[in-house]
This record gives sequence, structure tokens and C-alpha cells, in this order.
Amino acid sequence: MKRQAWQRLLPNYLILSAFLLLILLPIIGLVFSAFKTDIEVIKGPLTLPSQLRFASFKEAWTTGRFNFFFRNSVIVTVVVVVISVFLSTLTGYAFGMLPVPGKKVLYPLLLVGYMVPFEAVVIPLYHMMDNLKLTDTYWALILPQIGLSVSFGTLWMSSFFSTAPSELVDAAAIDGCNRWQTLWRILWPLARPAVLTLVVLIFMWTWNEFLLALVMIQKETMRTLPVGLAFFQGRYSANIPLMAAGALIVAGPILLVYIVFQRYFIRGMLGGAVKG
Amino acid sequence: MKSQRRWPGESRFHGWLYLFPGLLIYLVFVFYPIIETFRTSFYKWDGFSRERVFVNFHNYISLVTDAQFLKALLNNLVFIIFYSIIPILLGLLLASLLGRKPLPGMTFFRTGLFLPQILSMVVVGVTWRWIFNPNFGLLNVGLRAIGLGAFTRAWLGDFQLALPSVGAVGTWVQYGFCMVLFLAGMQRIPNDQYEAAELDGANEFRQLLHITLPSLRAELGVALITTIIAALRVFDLVYVTTRGGPGDSTLVTGFLVYRSAFQQNQLGYASTVATVMTLLIFGISLIILRFQSRDGEGV
Repeated sequence: MKRQAWQRLLPNYLILSAFLLLILLPIIGLVFSAFKTDIEVIKGPLTLPSQLRFASFKEAWTTGRFNFFFRNSVIVTVVVVVISVFLSTLTGYAFGMLPVPGKKVLYPLLLVGYMVPFEAVVIPLYHMMDNLKLTDTYWALILPQIGLSVSFGTLWMSSFFSTAPSELVDAAAIDGCNRWQTLWRILWPLARPAVLTLVVLIFMWTWNEFLLALVMIQKETMRTLPVGLAFFQGRYSANIPLMAAGALIVAGPILLVYIVFQRYFIRGMLGGAVKG
Repeated sequence: MKSQRRWPGESRFHGWLYLFPGLLIYLVFVFYPIIETFRTSFYKWDGFSRERVFVNFHNYISLVTDAQFLKALLNNLVFIIFYSIIPILLGLLLASLLGRKPLPGMTFFRTGLFLPQILSMVVVGVTWRWIFNPNFGLLNVGLRAIGLGAFTRAWLGDFQLALPSVGAVGTWVQYGFCMVLFLAGMQRIPNDQYEAAELDGANEFRQLLHITLPSLRAELGVALITTIIAALRVFDLVYVTTRGGPGDSTLVTGFLVYRSAFQQNQLGYASTVATVMTLLIFGISLIILRFQSRDGEGV
């Protein structure tokens, strides 16, 4: 009986594995390439590197200035995630639980920010930042991305708060909690899964953001990782091991977070899309 | 809802206190620029001179005969085939092949299939530039290895092949997402619907048509909206792989906005293209949402 069930499932596994392999092969090839020498790369795209060679990573990190890009990406991402999640909790709480006159107008206003292509924001934004003398600073990357993240974060958190058990809130009110205390003492612990999902989504979007950083940053040492990698590619496109090492430095942190929190990523992206 | 009522002694505007900081940043750095882009689309402006010249609808009217814009728009539409239609068909195929029986180890497959979704498109672009490399890229080396050396090409440098090649990268990014989405949706469909259909003698194709597809309406809507928006928004991938070339063969509207605004200083024109792009995305999303809620219980 057990054997039969397994045989019935075998075709399913084969089909799934084929589709999975198609996704993984390019990534495996990239990882292998990063450890190879130039000559090994020409020998074959999927052959194993002869040894674990970190020379390309070192070269990308120092000569390629990925140390600067990495620092910039970390600073921008951490600030955007922390502030956006805090502000989205407040706005989502207001939308989901508090009386807000004008809510009917504000909700679609925020939805616009969630759906708009960034091309429609970046031109006036560049002139605004230029006038404020903020180009080539972290502010030019942080402030607009907080704005964008809050538009999605508000929709996301308000859908959590509007389904949170209202008896708890009423009980808190009877116990003498004010609105602020109710939010942080009673509701915040319950919001953990929703908040974690929001954290990983905003982390991913900010870490991978490209157009804004491309436009706002001229100084090489102020570039973020994706923009740094794109310029790197223009200069060293023939040096495959170096390119691959650079790409892995960009992808590494997000991969790590993804492996740990993959449930939240997938739930958020399947569910977040519905909210849009 | 009960908890949304005012508490005793609470100001009518108490909620605004919580709304204010987040909303302010959003309005200043996202919403105001959108309005400003819309306004600029009615002007001719090089970005430097003090004077903008009001040209009314001229920018919009000239788009109709602008070969560059039409080419970019057409390429975006071609990308819909690669980003949206092929991945959705593949997703449906897989979902119907696997059926609704839970598979041990599905988490592993799900994690892998979803992987391209979380990667920076710059990383994806760099990876695929290597795959498409004419001399030692994975694709040409693979073709030679299985005796199809005659089919090797300079994929990204070829006027005919560059667009479908970049499009294929979009398919690679999106199909796992569609598969995971539809497989999750399949789990929700009650078993007795299929049992009843089998009793009635409906074959697998009819089951797919009459039970699976209607039940997956919500997932289909999500897949359509996200993948079509992705196809219309393409920028990073084109920037990294081809910069719109060779010629304008892979030019897309997103890249056209960037090029005309930041390299050619045609801000009025760039704003017009950006506005059209935005309206197109909003329009298509609204149509899909409307369609979805009309013949179903809604999202």
C-alpha cells in the first residue's frame, strides 16, 4: 500500500523537479562561476570550480568598492524598514480601529502610491531633492522609500487591525488603557506575524530598489548594491567570476533572510498582492 | 465596527494624530511628485531653463505618431506574453497535473520555485547576461553539447532575438510565482466537487474547465494583475541586459522615461510617457478587478 502511494506520487515529483531545476541551474552556475578562474569559466558553465577561491569576492569587495555599496545598502535598508514599519503600524491602527474623518478619500489616495510605477514619481522627485541639496545623500533614498512603504504598509496593517478581536480592545479600555497603550500593550504582540511579513517585504523592496538610487546618486562611494553592480557590469562584463561574485554579494543577505523567513515572504507576496 | 467608535472624551480627530507622520511623508515624497509629473506632461521643459512652455495636449497628441514610443509600448505588450500569459499557462498546467493531493516535501519545492521573486532584477540580469554570453554562456555551450551547435546565437545582440530573450528571463522570474499561487488555491477546492464530477463521467479536461478554473478565479486575478504590472513596469532588467538595444529593439516605456528625462532632458515628453504608463497600469488593474468581482463573490 505504502509502495503504491509512493509510485503514484513519483511522476508529480519528477514534474516539480524539472521546473525547479530550470530555476536553480542558472543560480547554481552563478555560484560556481564566482569561485572559478577565467580559464575555468571558459572550460564549462556548470563544471565544479577546482577549489574554493575567494579572490573574486575580495576583488569585488575592495577594488570594486562593494564594501562602500554594502554599507550604504545596509544603512538605507535598516532605516527605511524600522521607520516604515513603525509609521505603518500607527497609520494602519488609525485606519483599522480609530475614527478617522475623511477615511474614504485617504484610502484610495494611499492605494495610488502602492500601484504607481516609480517612473511617474522620480522626475519631480529628482528636482525636489536637487533643490534641497539632498542628492548624493541617504535622505534622497530613505524619505521616498518610507513614503512608498507606508502606502503599502498602511493597507497591510489596517487589514490586520480591522480583523483583530474587538473584545480585547474593549477590555483594555475598561482596564483604563488609552489608545496608545492599547496599541502597544495589547495589539502589538498579536500583530507579530503581520509585522514580520511587512518587515521582510519592505526589506526586500528596499534592498533591491534600483531606479531611485540610479537617479539620485552620482558619487560612486554613495551607490547602493544594485546600482553598484549595474555599473560594475558595464565595466567588467567580460570578467565572469568577478561579476558572479559581485552578484552574490548583492543577493547574499536577501537569500539568507529568505531562507529563514520564507513562509512570511511567500504569504506576504501571495496575500499582499490580493490587497492591491 | 464597535472599536472604531469614539471613546468617551476622545476628539473626533484623534485618529489623525496616528495618521499624520506617515501620511505626511507619503504626500510630500510620493503623492506630490505624481501630481507634478502629471502637470509637467502638459509642458515643454528641458529641466534647466526657468520657463516651462505650456503646450496643452500637444505631448499626448504627438505620442500617437511617435515611432519611439509606439515601439516601446509594443515591446511592453510583447512582454505581457512572456511575463504573464506563459507563466500563468505553465502554472495552471502544473496545478492540474499535480492535483490537490498534498505532497510531502512541498515546502522545499515552493521555496525553490519562489526564489527568482526575491532576487534583485540586477542580479537576475547579470546572471542571464552570462547565460546568453555567445562564447561561454550556459545556453550556447549547452546547445553545442547536445549537438545543436547550429542554433547558437548572439542572443542579446540580435535584432530579432533580443526581445524574446529578455522576455524569456521574465518567464523564468514569474512562472514559479504562478505555480505556487495556483497550487495554494487548489488546496482550497472541496474534494466533493471533483468526486461528483467523476461520478458524472467528466474527464480531467472538463474538470479543469468547469471546477478548477472557476474556483481559482481569485488567484487568476492576482496572477494577472501582478504579472501584467510587472511586464508594463520592466526597467531594471532592460537596463542591465540590453539598455534597450540593439537599436531600439528592446526599448520599453520605463526605459524611455529614464532616457528622455535623465539623458536627453526632455522632461515634458518623459512625464507624458510616465503618465500614460501609470494610466495604463491603473486601467488594466481596474478592469481585472471589476471582471473578477462581477462574476464571482469578489476578492
